[in-house]
Amino acid sequence: MSISQIANSRLSRTIQAIPPSGIRRFFELASSMEGVISLGVGEPDFVTPWNTREAAISSLERGYTAYTSNSGLYELREEICKYLDSSFQVSYDPDKEVVVTVGASEGIDLALRAILDPGDEVLVVEPCYVSYDPVVRLAGGVPVAVQTTLEQQFKLTPAQIEAKITDRTKAIIFCFPNNPTGSIMTKEELAALAAVFARHDLVVISDEIYAELTYDTNHTSLASLPGMKDRTILLSGFSKAFAMTGWRIGYAAGPEDIIQAMVKIHQYTMLCAPIMGQIAALESLRHGMEAKERMVESYRQRRNYVVKSFEQIGLSCHKPEGAFYAFPSIASTGMPAEEFAEKLILEQKVAVVPGHVFGDGGAQHIRCSYATSLENLEIAIDRMDAFLRAQK
Amino acid sequence: MRVERDKQRELLHILEENSRRSAETIATMLDTTVEDVKETIAKLEKEKTIIKYPAIVNWEKVHTNDLVTAMIDVKVTPKREVGFDDVAERIYRFPEVQSVYLMSGAYDLSVVIEGKTMRQVAQFVSEKLSALDSVISTTTHFILKKYKHDGVILEQPEDDKRMVVTP
Repeated sequence: MSISQIANSRLSRTIQAIPPSGIRRFFELASSMEGVISLGVGEPDFVTPWNTREAAISSLERGYTAYTSNSGLYELREEICKYLDSSFQVSYDPDKEVVVTVGASEGIDLALRAILDPGDEVLVVEPCYVSYDPVVRLAGGVPVAVQTTLEQQFKLTPAQIEAKITDRTKAIIFCFPNNPTGSIMTKEELAALAAVFARHDLVVISDEIYAELTYDTNHTSLASLPGMKDRTILLSGFSKAFAMTGWRIGYAAGPEDIIQAMVKIHQYTMLCAPIMGQIAALESLRHGMEAKERMVESYRQRRNYVVKSFEQIGLSCHKPEGAFYAFPSIASTGMPAEEFAEKLILEQKVAVVPGHVFGDGGAQHIRCSYATSLENLEIAIDRMDAFLRAQK
Repeated sequence: MRVERDKQRELLHILEENSRRSAETIATMLDTTVEDVKETIAKLEKEKTIIKYPAIVNWEKVHTNDLVTAMIDVKVTPKREVGFDDVAERIYRFPEVQSVYLMSGAYDLSVVIEGKTMRQVAQFVSEKLSALDSVISTTTHFILKKYKHDGVILEQPEDDKRMVVTP
């Protein structure tokens, strides 16, 4: 028995069965190089607006360094409820139906652990954020991939869900606006899904972390549709729209029984989200809307620039309507995404994320984040153009 | 056809941030045509919504330049029928004067002037500004250092602190 096998024998079978992140090797390569223009960053390029930072500094000066309630500061929960009501027309009780989490990521974990029994199946709508599949497994569930495709603009259809449902299916998890595709679901498209969710009595984990970042239409929250609030766990946070990734403040809203079960796990594992982050989030909701709008405006302009530029250099790309990612197809190059991304960074010093890390359906795509300055985007497009010409 | 009002506001933001962006790039950013962008910019220039395309220079980096900037609080007597406007115009016509604002509070006009030396500024204040009939008194404040000017922080921009690749 080798040393590594001996070491592994101490680890749980669950953790051993989870493959390491598909992006680790590529991340190390990108990090080791100088002069890289990165389109590989899944977070805003804006620093958290000053008024929010200042609110946190001020809270520290005033000595706010203690625990908060397990569910989060009541004022923040109240403000979150007002915000969800005014922005997305869905109303929650701040006492029982909201919990403040350590980023939306903790919300995903809590939601899955609150509802899953060993062997329960969860439909994971791909391409998707890298953590859904592993977190389902860690919660004792069985992830079942549902592939959306470029032909359908990466939207989810009732038929795709129906095809994957078994008598063990407990829940479905998806994210719209989507990371990595930038696709959104309209109210009508969600309404068609709602009937399927109700018929099969599914719990829906709706990751709406990019809800504020839509460019052509307003976001519709699944929970706002008739009959959906009681089966939907709405996950969101401050990382993307308010440029607060490092603060780790998210929230979950949903039916009381599920939210209180999530609070139970949260109180035994995390206790509460950091108080200075919660105070900063409160400031963002109260006085950060104008800054948020300016950031959205900037993303929209860059989205337009990137999509048109990709067309001009011969990369086929559907128009992302939300988030801050473009997901062009690289099928025409004949290269798998991983090879394309590695060659691109080595030859032209542009970092993109190979699409396979977001699920098998992404194998012929690359994710390009346009959360970077227009100047950087211009350089990146020039370099990608040179790269594509060299491949012909 | 010109760009609609919302996009017009966006266009102004873009130019305010970088007035050297080409009409082609702006058209792409705003999802409109180059002709519309050019036409809209021409209209905004004509109606003086866009007044000028200045560069913001951090003169402290130009060692040969030792300009002195002063902010002067000026108390004046307003004139019948023309109020403060007449005396404000008398002041802003001087080439040394960079800005003139009518203020609420303890004084009436805030005047920003630039000179090569403190002596030159003092001379301007005593010989030109104070000599005007309407001017009752002046208080001069010399600027020691500029941190932020016209919304732009003059120090080096912060580095991107993000990791190179994140999911």
